[in-house]
Amino acid sequence: MVIQIMNETCNLNTYKHIWVFAEQRNGKMMSVAKELIGEGHRLARQISADTKIYALLIGSGIENLVTECYQYGADGVYLIEDPLLQTFTTDGYTKVMTDAIRAYKPEIVLLGATHIGRDLAPRVAARLKTGLTADCTRLDVRIPAYIDYAKNNTTLDTSTLDSNDRNTGLLQTRPAFGGNLMATIVCPKTRPQMATVRPGVMKKLEKRDGATGELVKIKAELSQSDIRTEVVEIVKTAKKIVSLTDAEIICSGGRGLGEASGFDLLTEFADKVGGVVGASRAAVDAGWIDHMHQVGQTGTTVKPKLYFAFGISGAIQHIAGMQESNIIVAVNKDANAPIFEVADFGIVGDCHKILRELIVEWDNAEELYDAAIIK
Amino acid sequence: MAFKIIVCAKQVPDTNEITIDFEKGTLKRDGVPSIMNPDDANALEEALRIKDMYPNVHITVITMGPPQAKSILMEALAMGADDAVLACDKALGGSDTWATSNALAAAIEKLDGGYDLILAGRQAIDGDTAQVGPQLAEKLGIPQVTYVKELNLNSNMKNITVKRALEDGYELVKVKTPCILTATKELNTPRLMSIRGIFEACKKDTIQWNAKDLNVDVDQEVGLKASHTNVFRSFTPMPKGKGILIEADTPKESVQKLLIYLKGKHECNVIRSK
Repeated sequence: MVIQIMNETCNLNTYKHIWVFAEQRNGKMMSVAKELIGEGHRLARQISADTKIYALLIGSGIENLVTECYQYGADGVYLIEDPLLQTFTTDGYTKVMTDAIRAYKPEIVLLGATHIGRDLAPRVAARLKTGLTADCTRLDVRIPAYIDYAKNNTTLDTSTLDSNDRNTGLLQTRPAFGGNLMATIVCPKTRPQMATVRPGVMKKLEKRDGATGELVKIKAELSQSDIRTEVVEIVKTAKKIVSLTDAEIICSGGRGLGEASGFDLLTEFADKVGGVVGASRAAVDAGWIDHMHQVGQTGTTVKPKLYFAFGISGAIQHIAGMQESNIIVAVNKDANAPIFEVADFGIVGDCHKILRELIVEWDNAEELYDAAIIK
Repeated sequence: MAFKIIVCAKQVPDTNEITIDFEKGTLKRDGVPSIMNPDDANALEEALRIKDMYPNVHITVITMGPPQAKSILMEALAMGADDAVLACDKALGGSDTWATSNALAAAIEKLDGGYDLILAGRQAIDGDTAQVGPQLAEKLGIPQVTYVKELNLNSNMKNITVKRALEDGYELVKVKTPCILTATKELNTPRLMSIRGIFEACKKDTIQWNAKDLNVDVDQEVGLKASHTNVFRSFTPMPKGKGILIEADTPKESVQKLLIYLKGKHECNVIRSK
């Protein structure tokens, strides 16, 4: 397929393989980089047997990370090292990444949607005059898999999709309008197809010790004058106190926690999962916790990705303030509590016992899931 | 010579007010209020703060959108901006972020007297892409700093030091004008329109430019056809069905079952892998 654009001929077939920007900070590879290598591995194998997944490592003194890329599934690594690339700068990284893409022509380039990836990717895509999709949560290269996903998870009418269509390219699915709408984006005319991907969504492969691959070192064509910003210092700050409205996970408690000390256990769970403690009005009225934690019509309206309701019966005023949460988990002694009407997952049982088990088992979620899938 | 600041803003539907029509798989947008994108309001506020601090600062607000997007320009004028430009043409419709940045760049280059600083919101609440700022910077060939949460302009009006937010802290970055900075909500608290400001704004006029005024190529630079990315399909997530009641013999077993379900939920990426 040859398409005429921008008075240049972009021969799509000359672009091959998948690249993942293996973002590292201070010599440590970001988790999202491993996730993307895993996802890139999966996509590459679906595209064709000879499509490879490469990690692009940029920095200084980071050759020790090459093995880690292989261990998480990369067939090869492009390594660009230069003292000027020690810390991330938009100008420095854009220059070397753009040069490398122009030289080696990957078909797909994936970056983590981090504060660095989201700064770098649009600059690179604009320089290459190619398309970029932000914050993807799903990627497909095969229509049958996409149809399967759409049928089971969305309202999309799949009858308009042709399962034999092999020319869609990379289907990049992302949420918009605060997650109320999903869009699948394509980049039909230009290459590479670029996307940033939300951290924590894709699955990394199991680490394979002894894995090896093909290393290509690229010389950075970079001088100090190319870099127009100066990073004076990088400061790590203690985790800030997240407000209820910004929280991804909220762990709320109600009168069913039994007593004020129930909130100690709830707080321990919230700390474990990186969540924020919420409460029903009943718990606030009982004096177990401050009003600032109250979720509901008279408290704060929340919309986290995950909402836990422990010992909350589910008065209308509470439900009005949390029903838009992506996933609601309710735990209550009373099987007839109205909270179960809005819950995605419910457990009838003792809140304290369930909380203690959740604290123990939380870190095992991935192993439990993997074991269950294999069965 | 005045110090010229350009603020890029977008009119967006207030996503907090949007509901889903599950039957049609679309958004119910009727009656949803249109607002100035929140991060853009922070960008404007920062420009106004600079204007409050230094003499001879001139602020131009630019937006691209339909005719009704003029309302956010009036709001910006009432807050204290000096003038405002609306890039408005059917031919600009359907632009992806790259095509949008081309249109904005054309509008900025058409302005008399150049610019010293461009401020934009980090991202808009409808698309959440955060791409237009950097793409505009690339098109204009100037440096960028994104995720700005603190900004200090030296009194020489040349050197800027910013705190750029990272996931676990921030970096202190020095940059020289002209440059693009994208604002986060931590940067400041946008002021309200004053009565006097509203009165003054009514006397000002906004500039409106179409694609021809901007001298952009409607086949290769702006609009749907020129865009590199296209929407293949759009849809809404499945409406919530009846929930699952987890049954098990022990609390441990029910918790394990719950975690397996949660991990399997595509949109539930909050259970991060270690």
